[in-house]
Amino acid sequence: MTDLLIRNAHVIDPATSLDAQKDVLVREGRISAIEHPGAFTTLEIKDTIDAAGLALAPGFIDVHVHLREPGQTWKETIATGTRAAAAGGYTTVVAMPNTVPVNDTVESLTWMLAPERNSAINLLAMPAATQGSLGEHLTHYEALAMGGAVGFTDDGKPILDDHVMRAALVTAARMGLPVSQHAEDTRLTGGCSMHAGPVAFRLGLRGMTVEAESNIVERDIALLREIESDEGLRPHLHVQHVSTAKALAAIRQAKQQGLHVTCEAAPHHFTLTDDALEGYNTNAKMNPPLRAETDRLAVIEAILDGTVDCIATDHAPHAAHEKEVEFERAPNGITGIETALGLALRVLHRQHGLPVAHIVALMSNNPAKIIHLKDRGSLKAGNYADIVLFDPAAEWTFAAAQSLSKSKNTPFDQAPMLGRVHATISEGRVVHRHGTAR
Amino acid sequence: MTTENTLPAHHPGSLLSVNHLSIPDVSEILAATARIEAMPAPERAKLLAGRRVALLFYESSTRTRTSFELAAKSLGATTTLVSDKSSSIEKGESLKDTGITLRALGAEAIILRHNASGAPDLLARMTGLPVLNAGDGMHEHPSQALLDFRTMLTRLGLDAASASETCLKGVTVVITGDIRHSRVARSNAMLLPRLGARVILCGPEPLLPREALSLHPAIEIERDLDRALSQASVAMMLRIQKERLAGLSLDLAAYIEGYQLTEARIAAHAPNVLVMHPGPMIRGLEIQSEVADGPNSAIEEQVRHGLAIRTALLVRALGVNA
Repeated sequence: MTDLLIRNAHVIDPATSLDAQKDVLVREGRISAIEHPGAFTTLEIKDTIDAAGLALAPGFIDVHVHLREPGQTWKETIATGTRAAAAGGYTTVVAMPNTVPVNDTVESLTWMLAPERNSAINLLAMPAATQGSLGEHLTHYEALAMGGAVGFTDDGKPILDDHVMRAALVTAARMGLPVSQHAEDTRLTGGCSMHAGPVAFRLGLRGMTVEAESNIVERDIALLREIESDEGLRPHLHVQHVSTAKALAAIRQAKQQGLHVTCEAAPHHFTLTDDALEGYNTNAKMNPPLRAETDRLAVIEAILDGTVDCIATDHAPHAAHEKEVEFERAPNGITGIETALGLALRVLHRQHGLPVAHIVALMSNNPAKIIHLKDRGSLKAGNYADIVLFDPAAEWTFAAAQSLSKSKNTPFDQAPMLGRVHATISEGRVVHRHGTAR
Repeated sequence: MTTENTLPAHHPGSLLSVNHLSIPDVSEILAATARIEAMPAPERAKLLAGRRVALLFYESSTRTRTSFELAAKSLGATTTLVSDKSSSIEKGESLKDTGITLRALGAEAIILRHNASGAPDLLARMTGLPVLNAGDGMHEHPSQALLDFRTMLTRLGLDAASASETCLKGVTVVITGDIRHSRVARSNAMLLPRLGARVILCGPEPLLPREALSLHPAIEIERDLDRALSQASVAMMLRIQKERLAGLSLDLAAYIEGYQLTEARIAAHAPNVLVMHPGPMIRGLEIQSEVADGPNSAIEEQVRHGLAIRTALLVRALGVNA
């Protein structure tokens, strides 16, 4: 008996250039076949979903989330964070290592990825690039890669030291994995809590300059060039949550020169500017910070022209009491795993004309390539049946109180969304449907 | 779209920023100040009799704290002072919990000074009480701007009991010094142009970035103090906030040479200028002692107006008609 038949869906699979009305057959957790509507009528089917009016795409992949476990489970756990991710249409997420303790050993990586953590979807992790994310000594890349690492990062902090970053890129290149960099020259951002500009001046807050981001990106790109010419290796730099026109220009140029650079953009950076911090709104405080309108438009332009490879949420849950403090003391970060699609469709598709298929690519196929997932991120027969069903035309209002994340720290409470997830299927199992986890 | 959800509104009696005051609000505060000032002391002491006001000070202060406290006492209110040095704040209690505790103890309004910009907004949101911002970080000092405004009106011979969009027409105020770190400069630069004044900001680039132009569309920047003074009706001098200069290098000798307000400068460029300073002053740095104590100086008068203005702000905060 066949496990699941999804009928009459508008299938969008950028990897196979599929954009048509189809029926999708799922067998033993894998995509079995995709055929024209009605093609599977002779089969005996256990479960059927009628997806008329809905788009069906490869489940979304987020290469940048914070699940707070171990160590800060009052903010989020792997179980709650991945349930929220499923509600957002995600079927794979990559957990960042800035947990307590830092995920920097095979033991902690194994613990995090164990079935006992009750992840609702496929969970992957990037362990720390340096021990304790202190930026001094590399972690054991080979052992971590064997243990399932899909890249290395000190996210939350940059790798500042040139020699350490060079060593990280060289060592990761030998594993065929990316080094994912939080580009911030912290020597320039001490005491800063938002973007440097007129809003920061009016609010009396110290601001982070755009150069604090672009300097590190430019340094890392120079290292790539140097390593390629000196070592004959092809290191992969992945730049996280790029927020400035200047850093994007450097990435665009590096790509044109053939270097292996990829980057991600976060929905909040293409939706909001530092105006959202008026009134000292700690739910809009993040790092990198919300920038000026020129930077926001530069992020959108870089998405449109392909400089940005993927959308990543940087889902960063914090408890209400942690955000209800003086602005400068509040932790950075917002939740975002349930609002990514709604903002991408609203801003990138409706306002800037980006085709829905391109957004699907930014959220599934492209991130799969960045972390080298061979059997996810597209609907090819034989791939895992990681599927999202969504209504791309649905207009709705996000209510933070109804979020499945343990934390509700979002600037998008009561914000309009375009495009609603109706069901998320992870490896053939329906893990989310119509606002309820399954 | 660049903004999404909005934060809850604060209590109408709060004063968090000069931008929350309409011109009629400012006018009413001036009028109330004048009415309260004219009252016999026993009548004044009935205005807030039995009312409880908390002064919550996370930063040391002489004139602002004493001024608010004496203002409240002169109105008959019971005051209590909570400072970060002698309270549960020292043990790590949050601003929110401190505020809620004060509310539970019967505080009906809180006067807050805090080293973090925006702290009064937070306290107002968390407690729902009227909060008077007595200076927050590098952000604002709205009661100082109001008392400076009243000082200007009285010293320039204008009507001190009402405000309008043109009441300072023809008055040029030069604010000089560490504008980057000054909450007094921000409040004045945002308020005075709305009342008709021309405001020129003066100082070297590290202390006066071009972002300061965003405080009000009419703001001007002039790097040369002599040129600025030659146009000035009012010279408002500011302290160099050494404690906030992190990451900035400043040649003090060059600063004194270029920006100190001296008798010679006044004589040469603005003999009739009204000299103001919010204090604390560093005599010999931003201002020459002879100028601070000289005939042009309104510095002591500013302090007196501070006490008067704050009576009106307290009455307004507690919803009493004066």
